[in-house]
Amino acid sequence: MSLRAELGPYFGEYGGRFVPEALIAALDELDAAYTAAKTDAVFQAELAELHRSYTGRPSIITEASRFAALAGGARILLKREDLNHTGSHKINNVLGQALLAKRLGKTRLIAETGAGQHGVATATAAALMGMSCVVYMGEVDTERQALNVARMKLLGADVVPVVHGSRTLKDAINEAMRDWVANVADTHYLLGTVAGPHPFPVMVRDFHSIIGNEAREQILEAEGRLPTAVVACVGGGSNAMGIFHAFLDDDVALIGYEAAGDGMDTPRHAATLQRGRPGVLHGAKTYVLQDDDGQTIESHSISAGLDYPGIGPEHAWLKDSGRATYVGISDAEAMQGMLDLSRTEGIIPAIETAHALAGALDLARTLSPSDIILVNLSGRGDKDMETAARYFGFLRDTQ
Amino acid sequence: MSSRVESVIDVARADGRGVLVGYLPAGFPDVQTCIEALIALSESGVDIIELGVPYSDPVMDGVVIQRATNAALDGGFRLAQLFEIIRGVTAKVDTPILVMTYWNPVVQYGVDRFAKDLKEAGGVGLITPDLIPDEASEWFAASDTHGLDRVFLAAPSSTDERLVATINGSRGFVYAVSTMGITGARADVDGAARSLVDRLIGLGAKRVCVGVGISKAEHVRSVTGYASGAIVGSHLVSALTSDGPAGVARATSELVAGLTALQD
Repeated sequence: MSLRAELGPYFGEYGGRFVPEALIAALDELDAAYTAAKTDAVFQAELAELHRSYTGRPSIITEASRFAALAGGARILLKREDLNHTGSHKINNVLGQALLAKRLGKTRLIAETGAGQHGVATATAAALMGMSCVVYMGEVDTERQALNVARMKLLGADVVPVVHGSRTLKDAINEAMRDWVANVADTHYLLGTVAGPHPFPVMVRDFHSIIGNEAREQILEAEGRLPTAVVACVGGGSNAMGIFHAFLDDDVALIGYEAAGDGMDTPRHAATLQRGRPGVLHGAKTYVLQDDDGQTIESHSISAGLDYPGIGPEHAWLKDSGRATYVGISDAEAMQGMLDLSRTEGIIPAIETAHALAGALDLARTLSPSDIILVNLSGRGDKDMETAARYFGFLRDTQ
Repeated sequence: MSSRVESVIDVARADGRGVLVGYLPAGFPDVQTCIEALIALSESGVDIIELGVPYSDPVMDGVVIQRATNAALDGGFRLAQLFEIIRGVTAKVDTPILVMTYWNPVVQYGVDRFAKDLKEAGGVGLITPDLIPDEASEWFAASDTHGLDRVFLAAPSSTDERLVATINGSRGFVYAVSTMGITGARADVDGAARSLVDRLIGLGAKRVCVGVGISKAEHVRSVTGYASGAIVGSHLVSALTSDGPAGVARATSELVAGLTALQD
């Protein structure tokens, strides 16, 4: 059976729609519109043209030989999603959903954001398509990511700091859902990852599957073979699903790197698949970091984009079946990965992506020079300069 | 299967009035005061108690209830205390208690185990704001096994087909969400409430209570003019926050005036 054919709402026992009834009509409407758009040549052509002339697709593949030499094993190739407009893979999904929202006659986009990348991408699409935009962001994150708040405002979006709960990404999602329940008539909730209620996990995956589809073709053309392993960082899981999906039915190892924060054996991490349990969060049955009573536990990671106590349900399914494996990378390992790629290749990755890079080096050591590891270079590190400068002690009077 | 909630609604209807359903969150501001407040709720004339389980990610709740449930969690609320509270209240008053809970705490406790412990503590069923009948097969089985009510929500945006599934799946009453929005007091109760209730009754619902945004005696009066009952939450939580169980008693008495005025 083809694993690529999975259409939701369930992935094995995961997924579904655990949301207030008031949202079901909107989810049904979205599902119907998305199903129609999938086979609508006009929609597909419109999206493809946006990707060509706005996003800058196809993104290239770069061989990172000096970086791979640090491990001295397998070759490492990078799928350069960092070169997309707005600096990460997030734009793939945002343009797809914004086009759908327009078709549905919605005039207002709302989104949640952690680090601000998805918020920036959504604000960008709203500006491009002449829609109004509200981005919910945990108050803690608005302080950590002040520059991205400014970017969103410059693009014309309202940024609403969320002051409830832990005041981070998960609370921003709750607040966006509350807004959507109240304003569903004119508003589309542009969810930024492969989590949430159906159809978001399949739809967001499909909009990002262009990453793996391009990469598979590019690598076959350049190398005449498939990679040994395809790897990506995993927070909610969108860039990983985007690159994994094309390879699900191939004899290719799939590895997702979760944020291990201070370490897998400390309480401060975001390793949902390895340390969480199945439960319900944000509308889907999936793995959740939670206590015995089912209260969500706060996650911790140096990278705001991986700092999420849930995970897309398709990843939960791929983990249980063993089709994909998930490994933890600590803050310190990720920051070393960021430094290594910057200094060997002249490419500054996002801290999120650096988790996958550190993981790729570990993996490369166990493989031979005839093996190829394909890394999804999901985003660039410009947004992380303040964190990196502080971490590496590049700023005076800070450490 | 006999439902005490259904009997309470039917008896009130025979008296020519609707019922008042009062919500308070479990463990707020602490377990003992919560029990006292629930007893005050009952003794001041609430017909059915809705006892909310504090949850870390309450997507259906507005600011007032979020503050209270967060405070309960910050104060160390554990699920086991829910049953302790129910036992404490049912020892003193016989107002039926429906537990309002987001679904994950029930999943983690074990759906059947939760149902069994709820029944043993004296609770009569669950109101499930983020569980739709489509996803509820385990809850259907457990609630039938243990003889508990299942209150699902209906929204103004629900199709007739979905309303029928909600009516067929519910026992006790159907919870009609008065407006497209989250919990919290509003100046006016949306006109959408009446048309939703009319649709539900037209599709065969025998008992419908209206919630979300109801905070005044005049809301209770107007809602119970066309529905089986009115559900009040945030307003009572505010009263408990500012004036303790005595505030709850006062606020409840004022709301009850909305019910009795119907008989004038």
